[in-house]
Amino acid sequence: MERVAEFLWIIPALPLLAAAAIALMRRRHRRPAATLAIGSLVLAFVASCVAFAATLRPAAGEGLVRLHHDFAWFEVGGAAFRAGWLLDPLSAGMLVMVTFVGSLIFVFSVGYMAHDANFTRFFGFLSLFAAAMLGLLVANNLLVLFMCWELVGLASYLLIGFWFSKPEAATAAKKAFIATRIGDLGFLIGIVWLHHATGSLLFYDDGAGCLEQGAIARLVAATTVGGMAVSTAISLLLFCGAIGKSGQLPLHVWLPDAMEGPTPVSALIHAATMVAAGVFLVARVYPLMAASPAGTDVGAGAHAAHTTALAVVTWVGALTAVFGALVAVAQDDIKRILAYSTISQLGYMMMGLGTGGPAVGMLHLVVHAFFKALLFLGAGSVIHGCGGEQDIRRMGGLRRAMPVTFATYAVGMMALSGFPLVFSGFWSKDAILHAAMVWEPSRIPFVLGLCGAALTAFYMTRQMWFVFFAPRVGTPHGEPHESPGTMTVPLVVLAAATVLLAVPATPAWPWFHAYLAGHLDELHAGWNAGAGVVAAMAWSILAVAVGVAVSWRLYSRTPAGTDAIEIALPRVFRALRARLYVDEFYAATFHRLARWASLASDWADRFFWGTIVDSTAWIARGVAWVGRVFDNDAVDAGFDAGCEGTRGAGKWASRIQNGQTQRYLRLLAAGIVAIVAVLAWSGTR
Amino acid sequence: MLAWTIYISFAAAGLLLLLGPDNDRGARLLALGAAVAGLAVGIVGAIEHGAGLATVSRHAWIPGLGADYHLAADGISLVLVVLTGLAAVAGILFSWNVGYRTREFFSLYLALIGAVYGVFLSFDLLLLFVFYEIAIVPKYFLIAIWGSKGREHAAMKLALYSFVGSALVLGGLVAAHVESGARTFGLEELARHAYPASFQNWAFPVVFLGFAILAGLWPFHTWAPTGHSAAPTAASMLLAGVVMKLGAYGCLRVAMTLFPDGLAAWRGVFGALAVAGIVHGALVALVQRDLKFVVGYSSVSHMGFVLLGLLTLSPVGLSGAVLQMFSHGIVAGLLFAVVGRMVYDREHTRDLEELRARRLGRRLPFAAATFVLAGMASMGLPGFSGFVAELQVLVGAWQTFPAYAAIAGIGIVLGVAYTLRAIQKAFFAGDPTPATAPVPEEHAPPPPAITLPEKCGAILLVAVTVAVGLWPRPLIDWILPSFASSLFDGLRKGGGL
Repeated sequence: MERVAEFLWIIPALPLLAAAAIALMRRRHRRPAATLAIGSLVLAFVASCVAFAATLRPAAGEGLVRLHHDFAWFEVGGAAFRAGWLLDPLSAGMLVMVTFVGSLIFVFSVGYMAHDANFTRFFGFLSLFAAAMLGLLVANNLLVLFMCWELVGLASYLLIGFWFSKPEAATAAKKAFIATRIGDLGFLIGIVWLHHATGSLLFYDDGAGCLEQGAIARLVAATTVGGMAVSTAISLLLFCGAIGKSGQLPLHVWLPDAMEGPTPVSALIHAATMVAAGVFLVARVYPLMAASPAGTDVGAGAHAAHTTALAVVTWVGALTAVFGALVAVAQDDIKRILAYSTISQLGYMMMGLGTGGPAVGMLHLVVHAFFKALLFLGAGSVIHGCGGEQDIRRMGGLRRAMPVTFATYAVGMMALSGFPLVFSGFWSKDAILHAAMVWEPSRIPFVLGLCGAALTAFYMTRQMWFVFFAPRVGTPHGEPHESPGTMTVPLVVLAAATVLLAVPATPAWPWFHAYLAGHLDELHAGWNAGAGVVAAMAWSILAVAVGVAVSWRLYSRTPAGTDAIEIALPRVFRALRARLYVDEFYAATFHRLARWASLASDWADRFFWGTIVDSTAWIARGVAWVGRVFDNDAVDAGFDAGCEGTRGAGKWASRIQNGQTQRYLRLLAAGIVAIVAVLAWSGTR
Repeated sequence: MLAWTIYISFAAAGLLLLLGPDNDRGARLLALGAAVAGLAVGIVGAIEHGAGLATVSRHAWIPGLGADYHLAADGISLVLVVLTGLAAVAGILFSWNVGYRTREFFSLYLALIGAVYGVFLSFDLLLLFVFYEIAIVPKYFLIAIWGSKGREHAAMKLALYSFVGSALVLGGLVAAHVESGARTFGLEELARHAYPASFQNWAFPVVFLGFAILAGLWPFHTWAPTGHSAAPTAASMLLAGVVMKLGAYGCLRVAMTLFPDGLAAWRGVFGALAVAGIVHGALVALVQRDLKFVVGYSSVSHMGFVLLGLLTLSPVGLSGAVLQMFSHGIVAGLLFAVVGRMVYDREHTRDLEELRARRLGRRLPFAAATFVLAGMASMGLPGFSGFVAELQVLVGAWQTFPAYAAIAGIGIVLGVAYTLRAIQKAFFAGDPTPATAPVPEEHAPPPPAITLPEKCGAILLVAVTVAVGLWPRPLIDWILPSFASSLFDGLRKGGGL
């Protein structure tokens, strides 16, 4: 059994090989590329199921199943830097989910992208993404996780910008990459600090890993600025990465724009898997987040720990849940509504992690992946059928034209809104609301969660109304038609899964819950409903009922082509439609600040330092000029004057020797006279 | 064996001048042969030599001054020798199209390479200084004769900065020689001498600054972008790839080992300048219109990481700094190759606004792919050499200056922004036809295809950065033991390392 972890690398390697092979293919090799991509992911799914099965058998002695396999990667600072693979319920559950949903989305893409010239490249990028995502899940080292995390971000960049000729797509891709990188900066600093503080980045290493008792006890004991425990500071830094990747406030701005990518990409990356990586990260480092001096409870207890880090996670999640739901109410683009609902649902997951522990948050993650993929693929089918139309106000009446899409979309919508009992979304959301209700520090997240639930029901009903029920508004794209089998079959499978997952998600048979929490020994436990489960359920059902009823009443009576809220509350609607001006705020502050600083620095280089350098050169030239003047006018002039004097003297002297004998004789005579005179005068003395 | 890297390069530089004036092909082949031989000798010699500090060759040179012809190497030298060899080969492959005074071009090029090998292998300060000065001369001519727009101004700026730096270095070295009282310029001998703190407090900043100017230390960096941009492709590759490393190498090899106490006193100041360079370079790169300026300023930013890593004085930070020298040498060379050779020589513009309309992503897919890969390596994406290097620098900086590490992080985020901006504007913008449409007929004549030498050069450099990114161990195994040698005793005593 131990061997399973050793071969875990095969799961990400399969799609990676497919990506490499596709990269070498020509544009016309469409069929082999798609076959290879889908085949490799299906194989990865099979392998994941094997790994999943391995985690089902409880390890001897303790209830926790955790297999890992490590190897030395490189040496730094005298110590080997080790990496490895980790198999525990968390990663096994995610593996199965990602490979299953991913395979279906790959199949869907064959139909959706059939007319695209770069079909081959698209499957290459999809495989690269799948490889990175699976690598992220099986990593037993925070740095390896981070590397895959960045690779996932890169694949996402490539896929959002897949239609890079659209300026919006290119901008959206850039925005997504930069926004997530800002969060990653905190993440990276957190990693560096964690390594500094514990000396290891392996999660589990038989007692020496950074998530195990010894390391965490040290982190809790040490304090940093403001008396904060080091564990809290590192947790918050790591959470920054999750905020960026999972579209939480205030870094959510990239996620709606990412809808510029092809719809299967939105379904796979920006709804089901990649954005969930942030939630997965928080669940992975939960022992660190939950660490408090009182001792760490890494368990499944519904309400595990109350630490600063988890409180931050809870509040960010709760605020994001309501924010996303609010903004979704006023959007018209079918994919944007789903994007904001994803933001909101990711908020719920964070809230679940913060208040109820990893099992609660992860349950919603897995369930959400199925129904959100379903919704996005349904939206893709709608867009495909309407000839590329994305505005819900120009659709309407599609339930007759696209029956399969309608039925499956309705399942997804009801799961997302949290319709009671038969839909998995109800149970997982209920678990979160229950955890929030009994959360000791504050009741406000619970209230926010309820508001979000009502709003979710409201905007999903609005969307259903506009797309499938409202009277048809003529579109220029011809009659809508049902999509081909490659697109509808995945929809049906996902719809079935959405309903079936309700069974393991109920608290009546808490097997999945216990499994995710790593306590298989609780399998026998029956209805483990603590106090308030029924109360939470009642509240949640009430919220959903109110949301659906109000929405249906409002919209079924408004005339076609208008929006009830827009008529009733025009100001609020405008603000919501403008996404509460968050993007504008960033453009006016950070964006402008960066630009201003850049221009100032550029100016400094060009003019300030440039002037100094150039003036040094000019000064040098000036000094040289002065030197030349001095040389010319003083040294040379003096020399020249000397020469001139000598020459003049010579000229004068030469006049004596002019060759006239008479002058010579005259001078001779004068000379003799002079000598005689001198001698005579001296002789008299 | 390692010494032959120097001799081969200089000999080939001389031989080239003996060739017939029209024998361009012969000149290219000879230059490539010499560079490949240098690389091969460098790699084999490095493996043979091993990580420890050992003398390669030592003869008395100027007995009156106690200066020796002393070549030696430790792991740090080895890494940089290999880098020089790689950069030399790649640079020649990317200058295959030089047609104007080809002989002289390659001759000067190889003379520069020889001098750079010389600096990395010299363990006598006077010898090191001589090689250091020899390197400046060909650099000047390469820019002034074969450069593009603004070459005279750029060459002037470069020469001015270089000579100011050299003057500072020479002053400091002479002072160190005199102050020690020993009749020697030997690095190891002088490093053993404990200079008084008052002396070190002024000698360290003088020598460090003198070298750091060539490493692009803010605010003495402005020669770098202008020089890189005006230089011909191979010269910008060498400038960014290895010449800037000369400066950083001098800082580590001379200033830091001779004056550990001075280093302790000035560490914070220079650390702040390094961080300022990281952020400033990234900011300025964000608003450049000339693609080469973007790459030039990115070099300033990345060299800031080298200096920051050196100043951390922790083994992790130092090894990160040396690895970053290597990584930046490869990645910057690649970026300049794409911009200067693949794009500028074909399109005759580097203006991002003009390139937008040229749909280079479609017309030069190989160049686009190479630039994307190089950009990813440059922004420090995991899997490329830059990540391992910058991560180590950050780890080291976190232990010494946490605030600096955090600010340097801003530089990393800005790095993503300016790289993506450049990639998008230069290659993937302004394409009005949807990707779903078939490739349209080109109206403009297609640019000349990417040639074989260019492909070889690009593949070589990409392969190296990926190999080091995935398996940095061989290089780190050379770098780390180097800090155990007696050269670094002073630093160890001072509490560093």
